[in-house]
Amino acid sequence: MSVPDAPVLRVRGLKVTFATPRGPVPAVAGVDLDVAPGEVVTLLGESGSGKSVTARAVMGLLHPNAAVTADELSLAGDDLLGMSPEQLRSRRGRDMTLVFQDALSALNPVLTIGDQIGELFRVHRGLAKRAARAEAVELLRLVGIPAPDRRVTDYPHQFSGGMRQRILIAMAVALGPRLLIADEPTTALDVTVQAQVLRLLDRLRTELGMGVLLITHDLGVAAEIADRIAVMYAGRVVETGSAADVLDAPNHPYTEALLGSVPDAQAAGGELRAIPGTPPNLLALPGGCAFHPRCARATDVCRTDRPGARPFPDARTAACHHAEELRRVAL
Amino acid sequence: MSPSDEPILTATGLHKTYRASRSLGSRARVSAVDGVDLTLAAGETLGVVGESGCGKSTLARLLVGLERPDRGEVRFAGRGLGRARGAEARALRRRVQMVFQDPLTSLNPRLPVLDLVAEPLDVHRLARGAARRDRVAELLELVGLAPEMMNRYPHEFSGGQRQRIGIARALATEPSVIVCDEPVSALDVSVQAQVVNLLAGLQRELGIALVFIAHDLAVVRHVSHRVAVMYLGRLAEVGDVSTVYDAPAHPYTRALLSAVPIRHPRERDPDREVLGGDPPSPVTPPAGCRFHTRCPLAREVCGAETPVLRELGDGRVAACHFAETALSRA
Ligand SMILES: Nc1ncnc2c1ncn2[C@@H]1O[C@H](COP(=O)(O)OP(=O)(O)OP(=O)(O)O)[C@@H](O)[C@H]1O
Ligand code: SF4
Ligand code: SF4
Ligand SMILES: [Mg+2]
Repeated sequence: MSVPDAPVLRVRGLKVTFATPRGPVPAVAGVDLDVAPGEVVTLLGESGSGKSVTARAVMGLLHPNAAVTADELSLAGDDLLGMSPEQLRSRRGRDMTLVFQDALSALNPVLTIGDQIGELFRVHRGLAKRAARAEAVELLRLVGIPAPDRRVTDYPHQFSGGMRQRILIAMAVALGPRLLIADEPTTALDVTVQAQVLRLLDRLRTELGMGVLLITHDLGVAAEIADRIAVMYAGRVVETGSAADVLDAPNHPYTEALLGSVPDAQAAGGELRAIPGTPPNLLALPGGCAFHPRCARATDVCRTDRPGARPFPDARTAACHHAEELRRVAL
Repeated sequence: MSPSDEPILTATGLHKTYRASRSLGSRARVSAVDGVDLTLAAGETLGVVGESGCGKSTLARLLVGLERPDRGEVRFAGRGLGRARGAEARALRRRVQMVFQDPLTSLNPRLPVLDLVAEPLDVHRLARGAARRDRVAELLELVGLAPEMMNRYPHEFSGGQRQRIGIARALATEPSVIVCDEPVSALDVSVQAQVVNLLAGLQRELGIALVFIAHDLAVVRHVSHRVAVMYLGRLAEVGDVSTVYDAPAHPYTRALLSAVPIRHPRERDPDREVLGGDPPSPVTPPAGCRFHTRCPLAREVCGAETPVLRELGDGRVAACHFAETALSRA
């Protein structure tokens, strides 16, 4: 039974390891996450940090070579780990939905948009064809497709990239999910269209009260709509906190370095503070803190002991031996 | 070295159309670049920004001579790139090099770094044997890679390192101009800054002129002296970066800049103007001003008359009938 006030998503100690010919790949190595109803939590990290694998593990959509374990994985209070594949399938698309970066490949090219959205209502709500079509038109209107009663009979290729992303979002919110996971939903879009889609997501989470887990590598996207941010590095969440706190005064050296390396459209030139070295290889992770070979604050303990995530009184967490020093500097 | 006023590269009236995909009919053409005039001064960095499909990459290929314009001309140090033949053509090509977006697909996976970086030296017969090897070592050092790495293959390198290899290759012929097409967009955020710093440093130290094409407006502001804004194959506005970014005169530049993601939640503004719609198809570009279907300032004349690039008195040019109005609202 669903618990009304529970977070829509609660993840504790999530681990995902892929069996590969080159050895086990620990793509996610202990992730904790909470998403409250109506809240946007941004999972921020670079390529390969484990963002998409985390999302797919929550959805139960990983390849068979993945071993998934967790202390807790629950959707609105319901345990997802113990569910059968059938139970999970009935939750997907209804209570929890996923929007990808690549909208074209997520849509069926030979079905009209109206048929694809309508099918959701026919299958899950038992609506007749006509009623399902009417719902589809309303949804297209909700996500800002102009002339929806006319466009409902068009095929995916007749829409622009931004429109298709709106249509995917329409399908994802059709059945009133508790949780929407959006994996880089605007990365393939132009900035002007990205701004439209972010605004749409922001409006829908308020109107529909759903929790949103937004995955991005773009600090700017997080700054635009996140309530809270979780920063990932090498399969772990290294820092969490309110978007304002994290972007103002990071508690983790990786977040700090990331903020420093991004140029500002409002200010000119000078050397960027680049992060030295390269992103980690999951097959040969450094001992201790995975960030230590690139970290300006690393000391001996960092090379030997892996820092666990520690909570601080201001509703933040950081997995760094020297987090207190960053916190003190910020004061 | 600071940029001089002498243009090293001049593009005049560049036009380029491509045949559209078959599904649109055999006569449909994509208007990729439609009447572009640009100059690049020796030693300067010119940023080119615009949304996908606006013709940035086509412009890049035209500028380095990888593609011929249907009309118009590119001149390097006063000599036409298209007209030159034989030895002169080779000499010109040597001086204008290109760096591509995706270092992996632009490098032959079966060649070791030594041969990849030396390829332009071989093509232009610039060095052989020990001299060739020494030059490659020197080039690798220039881009921050250990010379010992020259015997390795592309797959053994990270994305950032591969882009350094691509840059070393472009530097091999001692060019005066390097056209970089989205050089950092395929890279991780933490690595982008390394490559941006590298390019900016090379530009300063070697006095190379750069054309830096990107969709990321912040990166472009960071590296460029001047910026050109493109929309659907045409230039909307060209000027000094601070002039254009601080007070954009073209309504499209304004829309583009206001869509750049903010840096901090405190800058959130529910009233911020967000440009509606999508860029129209370059197969059927709107008549008159190509931006008129999305422009908040559009009037009747905009759909009928194509605005030409004109001087606004602050060293910048803009192609808008109402640039003064747009500017007064900034
Ligand atoms: N099916 C799989 N088999 C083996 N390894 C995998 C598989 N799926 C993902 N991985 C690996 O898991 C790690 C994390 O990948 P993930 O896709 O979660 O990264 P990400 O943070 O989403 O990156 P991006 O920003 O590039 O999307 C990567 O090293 C990836 O190569
Ligand atoms: S634990 Fe050490 S190496 Fe890791 S982020 Fe903190 S200071 Fe840097
Ligand atoms: S010419 Fe007209 S439509 Fe074009 S940008 Fe100017 S005001 Fe807008
Ligand atoms: Mg991903």
